[in-house]
Amino acid sequence: MKRRDFVKKATLGSLATLIGAEIVFGARMPEGYQPLALQDPDPFKMFSKNKDMVVLNDKPWNMEAAAHLLDDDITPNASMFIRNNGLVPENIDVSKWTLTIDGESVVNKKTYTLAELQSKFEHHTYQLTIECGGNGRSEFNPPAQGNQWTVGAVHCASWTGVRLRDVLKDAGIKNDAVYIGFHAADLHLSRDAGKEAISRGCPMAKALQDETILAFKMNGEDIPFIHGHPLRLMAGGWPASVSGKWLTGISIRNKVHDGSKMTGDSYKVPCKPIAPGETVKEEDLCIIESMPVKSLITFPKSGAMIKAGTALNIRGHAWAGELEVANMEYSIDFGSTWKPAVLKKPVNRLAWQHFSAKVEFPQKGYYEVWAKATDTKGMAQPMLVPGWNPKGYLNNACHRIAVKVN
Amino acid sequence: MAKKEDFPNLITKIYNLMLLVISLVILAGGALVYYAIDPDFSVFQLPSAPIAATETVNEVDELNKIENGIHVRTGLVDAEGLMTVVNNCTYCHSAKIILQNRMNTDRWNATIKWMQETQNLGDLGSNQEVIVNYLVTNYPPKMIGRREILTNIDWYELKTNNN
Repeated sequence: MKRRDFVKKATLGSLATLIGAEIVFGARMPEGYQPLALQDPDPFKMFSKNKDMVVLNDKPWNMEAAAHLLDDDITPNASMFIRNNGLVPENIDVSKWTLTIDGESVVNKKTYTLAELQSKFEHHTYQLTIECGGNGRSEFNPPAQGNQWTVGAVHCASWTGVRLRDVLKDAGIKNDAVYIGFHAADLHLSRDAGKEAISRGCPMAKALQDETILAFKMNGEDIPFIHGHPLRLMAGGWPASVSGKWLTGISIRNKVHDGSKMTGDSYKVPCKPIAPGETVKEEDLCIIESMPVKSLITFPKSGAMIKAGTALNIRGHAWAGELEVANMEYSIDFGSTWKPAVLKKPVNRLAWQHFSAKVEFPQKGYYEVWAKATDTKGMAQPMLVPGWNPKGYLNNACHRIAVKVN
Repeated sequence: MAKKEDFPNLITKIYNLMLLVISLVILAGGALVYYAIDPDFSVFQLPSAPIAATETVNEVDELNKIENGIHVRTGLVDAEGLMTVVNNCTYCHSAKIILQNRMNTDRWNATIKWMQETQNLGDLGSNQEVIVNYLVTNYPPKMIGRREILTNIDWYELKTNNN
């Protein structure tokens, strides 16, 4: 009945009605724009991703890895999660690309071409762990709103660029500077040119760190288009949303940056713990800074069946936001006992660390191998999903895999 | 006398008849030529509405096909309010973000408010209730506790097992 009504309506109208644009957004639909309904892109080809990646959303594009795809020490593009708040830029002209440093607290507003950035400032390469603030959101109860990431919205690639600090100092930082905010070329979902899809930032202390860079290379090559080519801000250890892609500007602010996704409840958690499902006033929400301690078993893939009497070699990565992971353990009895894993030091600050262990099972049967990391301040991963928050951020609960001994 | 007068009249009558026949032949010929070009005589019909309507219906049928109770193009459940949701909610973003979420009435309304404040969504009027009812009816929150058991485990024989 409903459908027939719609068909009747549609016969009187145009294609705009067919794809359902008319009621709310028809007036804003640009001429010649092909609505999503009529496109058939293959994201795996388009972004050169592993076929085991999972598409969470296609407008905007959001895609996550599975734990076993993240086994490499340095994450290759094929396994890197994709997170977008807006639509990807449509035209990228590297020869005309510029970065403008402005804001209330800049001494001299300055614009640099890519070539100028690359020739004027010293290059640095760091392996940086970038995790989406909402990684693990799917486990919150009551369910939290947003893309339902499981475990795969994290990666650690090798990034090359110039220090943000060097560039900001070249333009000049006033004494009253407290925050930076980035600007980028991606489009607001509504295609409103007056709105930014995302414009987040960080306090000056983070902006001035050695490892906070304006990157133009990833894993030794041009940054893949979907990960921010030709210029990306990299702020390792913080929610990945601070690492702005397709970077066109940095504002040095004399107050906390108030760009898109800095306000409301985006990338914020209750300053004081609340009960699951409780409502929180905006003024009682605090901006997420460093991500919490976490780890992932990347080998074997969950579901491994082994023969009784054989040991299982497991491995994975652990990270702790601004901190280092101090200790790594695993359990095969749901946390009754924990055994130590071998943990390596990070290659550089903010890079994830690799762990391994030889696991023995006392008898045949079903097991789960749980992994638990503890940071240098003694904070460990919880086995249960941690404090509920409205947007489902910061789930750093232990990762586990299923194993059968036959 | 009468016959003398009749003769020119007859000529006139025959002449008029001939004119009529010739005109008819020309008209019929013209019609035949036109028929060859446009067999449907579409020029004499009202603006092509019926044809366009047929095509549009087919496109709509294809675009809004329902299979096994699912609206194929979006993956949304075929239930009351489906097309209101499709028409209002899948222009800016994909239906995939709807399918991923489970919220109650208050939180869906709060999410719509957020979209109006930050994402250029307009006033939904009476559609808002239809949309939210559809969502809470077909995609209600699932209670999953503090930690779920592992499900959908893809079991496989692990052969190489060396670090």
